[in-house]
Amino acid sequence: MVHDLRFLLILVTIWVVLGLAGLLGLHSIRLERLLFLLGALVAFSVAVLAGMFLAAGGTAQVLVLPLGLPDLPFHIRLDALSAFFLLLVGVAGAGISTFAAGYFRSGEGTAPALLGLQYHVFLASMAVVILADDAYLFMVAWETMALSSYFLVTSQHRIPDIRRAGFLYLIMAHVGAICILLSFGVLQGGSWQFTFDAMRGASLTPFWATTAFLLALLGFGAKAGLVPLHVWLPEAHPAAPSPVSAMMSGLMLKTAIYGMLRISFDLLHVRLWWWGALLLALGLFSALYGAIFAAVQTDMKRLLAYSSIENIGVIFTGIGLAILFETSGLRLFAALAFTAALVHALNHALFKSLLFLATGSVLHATKQRSLGKLGGLIRHMPWVATLALVGTLSIAGLPPLNGFVSEWLLLQSFLFTPQLPHAFLNMLIPLGAAALALTVALAAYVMVKFYGVIFLGQPREASLANARDANWLERLGLGWLALGCIVIGVLPQLALRSAAAVTGTLLGESVRPSATVWWIAPIASGQASYSGLILLLGIVGVVGVAFVLVRFLAHGRVRRTATWDCGYPWQTSRMQDTAEGFGQPIRHMFGGFFRMERDLPSPTDRAPRYRIHIEDRLWRGIYLPIARGVQRLADAIGVVQSGRLSIYLLYSFLTLIALLIFVLL
Amino acid sequence: MPTSHLIAQVLNVLAAGLLLISFAMLSRRRTQRLITLLAWQGAILFLSTCLVAHSSGLSEIYYSAALTLMLKVIALPWILHRLIYQLGAQWDSEPLVNIPATMLVGLVLVIFAFGLAQPISMLATTITRHTLGIALAVILLAFLMMITRRKAITQVIGFLAMENGLFFAATSATYGMPMVIELGIALDLLVGVFILGIFFFQIREQFDSLDLHHLESLKED
Repeated sequence: MVHDLRFLLILVTIWVVLGLAGLLGLHSIRLERLLFLLGALVAFSVAVLAGMFLAAGGTAQVLVLPLGLPDLPFHIRLDALSAFFLLLVGVAGAGISTFAAGYFRSGEGTAPALLGLQYHVFLASMAVVILADDAYLFMVAWETMALSSYFLVTSQHRIPDIRRAGFLYLIMAHVGAICILLSFGVLQGGSWQFTFDAMRGASLTPFWATTAFLLALLGFGAKAGLVPLHVWLPEAHPAAPSPVSAMMSGLMLKTAIYGMLRISFDLLHVRLWWWGALLLALGLFSALYGAIFAAVQTDMKRLLAYSSIENIGVIFTGIGLAILFETSGLRLFAALAFTAALVHALNHALFKSLLFLATGSVLHATKQRSLGKLGGLIRHMPWVATLALVGTLSIAGLPPLNGFVSEWLLLQSFLFTPQLPHAFLNMLIPLGAAALALTVALAAYVMVKFYGVIFLGQPREASLANARDANWLERLGLGWLALGCIVIGVLPQLALRSAAAVTGTLLGESVRPSATVWWIAPIASGQASYSGLILLLGIVGVVGVAFVLVRFLAHGRVRRTATWDCGYPWQTSRMQDTAEGFGQPIRHMFGGFFRMERDLPSPTDRAPRYRIHIEDRLWRGIYLPIARGVQRLADAIGVVQSGRLSIYLLYSFLTLIALLIFVLL
Repeated sequence: MPTSHLIAQVLNVLAAGLLLISFAMLSRRRTQRLITLLAWQGAILFLSTCLVAHSSGLSEIYYSAALTLMLKVIALPWILHRLIYQLGAQWDSEPLVNIPATMLVGLVLVIFAFGLAQPISMLATTITRHTLGIALAVILLAFLMMITRRKAITQVIGFLAMENGLFFAATSATYGMPMVIELGIALDLLVGVFILGIFFFQIREQFDSLDLHHLESLKED
C-alpha cells in the first residue's frame, strides 16, 4: 500500500500551491489569512496521516518520482522514523499556521504574499527532507529549507542587525550543508549510488563509518545548534517574525535531529560506542550551556533561543545514550533512551512553538522585546498569559505536562547506565546525570524568570496599559499547541506508542507503551511507572478542595493590596525584580562561561545608568580567529589583483604559454 | 601557371612578411604607424588567402579573402584612423621601455611557436602547413605587444593583430574555417571595434587621457 505516501505528496504539493496562490494578490492580507488557515488544515491532515501510519505499525512505503535529473530520479520513502517527524511537523505546523493567519500584518517588511510563499515553501521543504530517500532529493530539499528560512528571517531586511543575523545563519547553514553532502559522499561507500537504499547496503570500514558520522554530526549539529556551532541561533531567532522563529526552533531544528537519527541508526550499519559518548558529552554541554545563557538574557526571544539550544542538547544526550546502549547490546535500554529523545523532540516542538508565538503576541501588543520594559501583562492579555503558562510549565518540566514525561524518561535511561560494560564510562556518566538534573532545574529557573518578568508583577512602562489581547486566530493557534502539551503530558502513552513503532523498526526492540490503561512503565512495572492522568486528577482534587476550603468555608474575602511594603508605602514598578536581577545569581555562579563588560555608575552620578553586556566566549575564542584567518588569506590572494591591465594580460599570456607547453609535452 | 612548389615559396615569403610586421609593431611608438602596419598585415593576409584559394581550387576561400580585404585592409584601419583623429590622438606616441629586451622575448616566443607547431604541421596536409609556426608566433607577439603597451588604442590594435594571426593559422592548417563562422567573427570584430571606440571616449572623458594606468585607480582596496 503506497496510499499514504501518495496522499502525503499531494498534501505537500498543496502547500506549494497555497504559497503560489498568494501571489494573486501581492498585498492582500485577507487572501493570505485564508491561505494560512488552509495551510494549517493541510498540516493537520499531514499529522493525521502520519499518526495513522504509525498506529498501523509503520511498514515502509517507497515511491520513485518521475522528477529530478535524467538517470537520477527522486526517491521518497515513508517509514516509522519519517512518519514520527512528519507527525511532529504536522501537529506543530497546524498551530503555527493558524497563529500566523492572525499574526502577519501588512506593512511589516516583506509583502504578505511573499511571506506566505516563503512560509509554505519552508513547510513543504521540511516535509520533503523527511520523506527523501536519496541524497540528491535530500540535499535539494535541505537547501530549499535553508534558503526559504533565510528569506523569512530577513523579512525585515531594512534593519542592518537583521541582515547581519540572516547572513550569519546563511553561512552556518551552508557550511553545515557541505558537511552533510560530504557525509553522503562517504556513505555511498564506492557504489556511486546515492539512494538511501544503496547506502544501507554499503559496507564501510570503521574508519570511513566514523568519518561519515562525524561529518554528519558537524552538518546536522550546525543546523540543530549544538555548542559550539550554535552562534547563529540566538541571532536568527530574535530577528525572525515570531511564527517563523517558532517554525525554525520548533520544527527546523528537528529536521537536523531527524537527519542525525537517519544517518546514525538507519544508513550506517556499524556504530562505535565512543560515538555515543561523544554525543552524550556534546549534548550535556550544550544543554548546560544553553540553560546558563538563557538565564542571563534580557531579550525574551534570545532567551527562548538559548533555551532551544538547551533542549537540543537534551535530545542529543538521549541519542548519545541510545548509541551507547545499542553498541553494548542493551537494546531495550537503547530503545528507552531513543524514545526519550524522540518524545522530547515532539514536546519541544510543541512548547517552544507555543512560547515563541506567545512572545509574538506580546511583541505586537507592546512593541517591546526587552524584558526590562514588560511586566504585569497577565491583566491585559489573559488569554496569552494563560496559554503561555501551559508552555512555561511544560518546558520547566513540571508534571502533569509533557516536558516532564520526556525528561523523566531520559533520567530513567540514565539509571540503567551502570549496566554498560565500560568501567571508565560508568564512573563518568553519573556526573552526566547530575549535569542533566542541573540543566532541568536551571531551565525551570529560566522559565520562572521568563513568565514572571513578562506577565506578573507591575507594568514597567506606562504604555503597557494599552496592550490588547491576541485576536481569535492567534488564540486558536496558541490553544492548539497548549492542548498538545497537556494531552501528551496526561496521556504519554500516545507519544510512547508512536515512538515504539520507530524504535521497533530501527532497534528491533521497543519500550512498553503502557503497563495498564492509565499507567506507563517503560521497562517493567516494578521499576518505575508514571500516570499523568492520575497525577492530574490528584492535582485538580487537591487544588479544588483547597479552593473550596478557603473560599467558602474560611473567610472567603478577596483583598487586593501590595504584598509587602517594608514600611515604605510608595511602591513603584521600578522596585520589582528585573530580568538582570533574576539572572544575577547565575551570572555570579557561572561567571567563567561569560565575557562580561559592565559599566557601574559612580555614586555621585545624578542620572545613574547601569549597563552590562554579556558575550559568548566561544564567539571570540573560535569564530573571530577563523574570520581573521580567512581575511588574511583573502588579503594574501588579493595581491594577485594589482589593478594594472598589463599584469592581467600577462596572467592570460602565461596561462596560454603554460597550456601550450603542456600540449607540447 | 605557377607550380604548387612556387606557390608554397611565395606563401612562405608572405608569412615571413607577417612575422616581420609583427616585430615592427612591437617596436613602433606612433599610434598612426601601428594602424598602417595593421593594414599591411591585412593586405598580406589577403594575398596569402588568395594564393591558397587558387592552389586549392576551393572557391569559398575567395570569399573569405574578399572579406579580409574589405574588413581588415579597408574598413578597420579607416575606422581606427577616424577614431584617433576624433580623439585628437593622431600624433600620440607612447614611451616604450627597453625595446631590445622586448625583441629578445619576442625571439624566444617565435622559437617556442615553431617548436610547438612542428608536430602539428606534420599532421596537416595543406600546402601552407609550414607556416603554422609563423601564425602561432604572430598570435603570441601580438599578445606580447598588448602586455607592453599602455594606451587604450594600442590594446585594440594588438587585439586585431592577434585575430589576424588566428585567421592565418586557420587558413594554413585547414584551409580556413567554415564560412558561417568566418562571417560571425568578422561581424564580431567590427562590432567590437565600435564598442571599444565608445569606451575610448568614455575613458578619455573620465581621465582626460587614454593612458590605461589611470584605470588602476578603479581598483577597490
